[in-house]
Amino acid sequence: MTEGVDMIARPVLEVSDLNVRFPASRDWLGRPNSHVHAVNGVSLQVRRGGSLGIVGESGCGKSTLAQAIIGLAPYEKGRVAIAGQDLQAAQGKQKRELRQKMQIVFQDPQSSLDRRLPVWRLISEPLHIRGGHSSAELHAKAEQLAAAVGLRPEHLDRLPHEFSGGQRQRIAIARAMSTDPDLMVLDEPTSALDVSVQAQIVNLLLKLQRERGLTYLLISHDVALVRHFCDDVAVMYLGQIVESGPADAVLGNPRHPYTQTLLASAPSFETPLPTLAEVRIGELPNNRKLPTGCFYRERCSKAAGGCEAPQGLRRLDDGARQARCHLAQG
Amino acid sequence: MMTATVQSRGQALAIQNLSLEFPTFSGAIKALDNVSINVAKAEIVGIVGESGCGKSVTTMAATGLLPKGRYRITGGSVRLFGHSTLTMDESQLQDVRGKMVSTIFQEPMNALNPTIRIGKQLTDVIMRHEEASLSDARRIARDILADMLIGEPERVMKQYPFELSGGMRQRVLIAMAFSCNPGLIIADEPTTALDVTVQAVILRLIQNRARRTGTSVIFISHNVAVVSQLCDRLYVMYAGRIVEHGATRTVLDAPQHPYTQALLRCLPERVAPKQELEAITGAVPNLMQPPAGCYFQPRCKEAIDLCRSRSPQLAGAEGREVACWRRGVGLEIAEQGSRP
Repeated sequence: MTEGVDMIARPVLEVSDLNVRFPASRDWLGRPNSHVHAVNGVSLQVRRGGSLGIVGESGCGKSTLAQAIIGLAPYEKGRVAIAGQDLQAAQGKQKRELRQKMQIVFQDPQSSLDRRLPVWRLISEPLHIRGGHSSAELHAKAEQLAAAVGLRPEHLDRLPHEFSGGQRQRIAIARAMSTDPDLMVLDEPTSALDVSVQAQIVNLLLKLQRERGLTYLLISHDVALVRHFCDDVAVMYLGQIVESGPADAVLGNPRHPYTQTLLASAPSFETPLPTLAEVRIGELPNNRKLPTGCFYRERCSKAAGGCEAPQGLRRLDDGARQARCHLAQG
Repeated sequence: MMTATVQSRGQALAIQNLSLEFPTFSGAIKALDNVSINVAKAEIVGIVGESGCGKSVTTMAATGLLPKGRYRITGGSVRLFGHSTLTMDESQLQDVRGKMVSTIFQEPMNALNPTIRIGKQLTDVIMRHEEASLSDARRIARDILADMLIGEPERVMKQYPFELSGGMRQRVLIAMAFSCNPGLIIADEPTTALDVTVQAVILRLIQNRARRTGTSVIFISHNVAVVSQLCDRLYVMYAGRIVEHGATRTVLDAPQHPYTQALLRCLPERVAPKQELEAITGAVPNLMQPPAGCYFQPRCKEAIDLCRSRSPQLAGAEGREVACWRRGVGLEIAEQGSRP
């Protein structure tokens, strides 16, 4: 994802300087006069067969980023390229083909599955949309995919409400795999599940990645899950990536003050509860009017001279890691 | 007349062999089976388990919060500071709730009245239970909000719930729960809907205030890591039964029951990256037709014939018990039972 990590193969996903904002209010002519700035200049790369985790608190723009990448949220500045092809520039048939190359698994399988369609139709729906398959072919393909995610053949004719949350998520994963996508975006795929079921789904996703070389972009608020699941990680705050790099390095030895706070507050078996001074009470700044200078300055315990200037991502160590803080030692 | 027993016990809450079911048209759902939970004064006790295991039902039954007529107590007793809450009528329960015990729920937006200002919601509770004048109640409310690290409590008291963030609302609810100095606070997944940084603050606030005032806390959570940081002792529930309990560190460092062991093994925190997690196969039993014997037996790798025919009882040393035939006290019986 970070430049220099992987120059061998062309990355599956390249995002550069992506900005997404939504109109928050309009004047009397209907022209927007203020905006919610959800994503503010995000650049990232995911290499084939790799996995990138995006962590951050609610409202930091991680889900909007995922939606902009797969084309569900319009962006006005920046570039999203899948397998080297620009998504926004593509038109017509080419755009449809590009869209088939990426699929998303949402958090809540209850609302992301059409409750009136039987499982085999749900799983083969993306192929049905692509067209050119007979009903028998779709059914056969659904059967293969269902087997791959651990559903039994007799499940295929049932409706989503007959399944538990974990099984519904399996259906959603099978559906996402149906077009053999280059990239799978996983938006909090296990947050709605109990831990024992979460473990089943995590195992399944890792197994599919080993067997089929899938590429994942995982959106999560769960640091422990990202550490377990991902090769690389990017930490988001107020629509910006504040730190990124290999997951074990970033989460083992965070350099940005926000990452440090985030990790200190994550529940853990090894450490006691952080003190109030360690966590620092505070909330995300208003994203209608972005702060000047470093976005994290208000809450930062290390804020000093120089923080009032806008911060760019700085390379640390061997260049695999980046942090958006002028105080981070590199 | 009841205060005498309170002093002698040193016990905040004693739930004894509580069994409870929800009658439905297709049969009764046996939500709780022989649940015993003891909370000493000034103790922080955790209840962990997956959704549907009966964590919330236990405490809601103990405080009379379950909808009347929709459930049936089939056995057991609950003593809250020596008072039996199961036999109380609604007006007695209202005196108990807020004054002796109060509950912090998961969703603060649902627990606050959206049409009434924060200040009035707080002072109403204080005036109801403390017999304070309005000005006294406002002073108490202001102090306790400040104690919850709410800057400008005066301004927050004039606001409506929708004007506050989730973390602020939860802090208001904690303030409300502590406002009448109850002896016991029940925190039912109070941080599940919140971000980790806010969660850490909320947990600290609950812990600090409880330790300072000697309040007992029951902390209900599905997150074992959170419980490990906060609680002195913990109970593990599965399908309406207590399967294991003991001091938090003992249980988490050396879990005995196969369910507790499996629950800890499926957490990504404890496994090397990309390693397979040990998921628990199968699903939780249908409590309308629970399996014979141990409820965990259909998913348990160590199950023997005895597990499939007889329910294990909690056994072990004082303060550290496990309900499993394959462990400790049950083992000899188990070996005899498995012989033809």
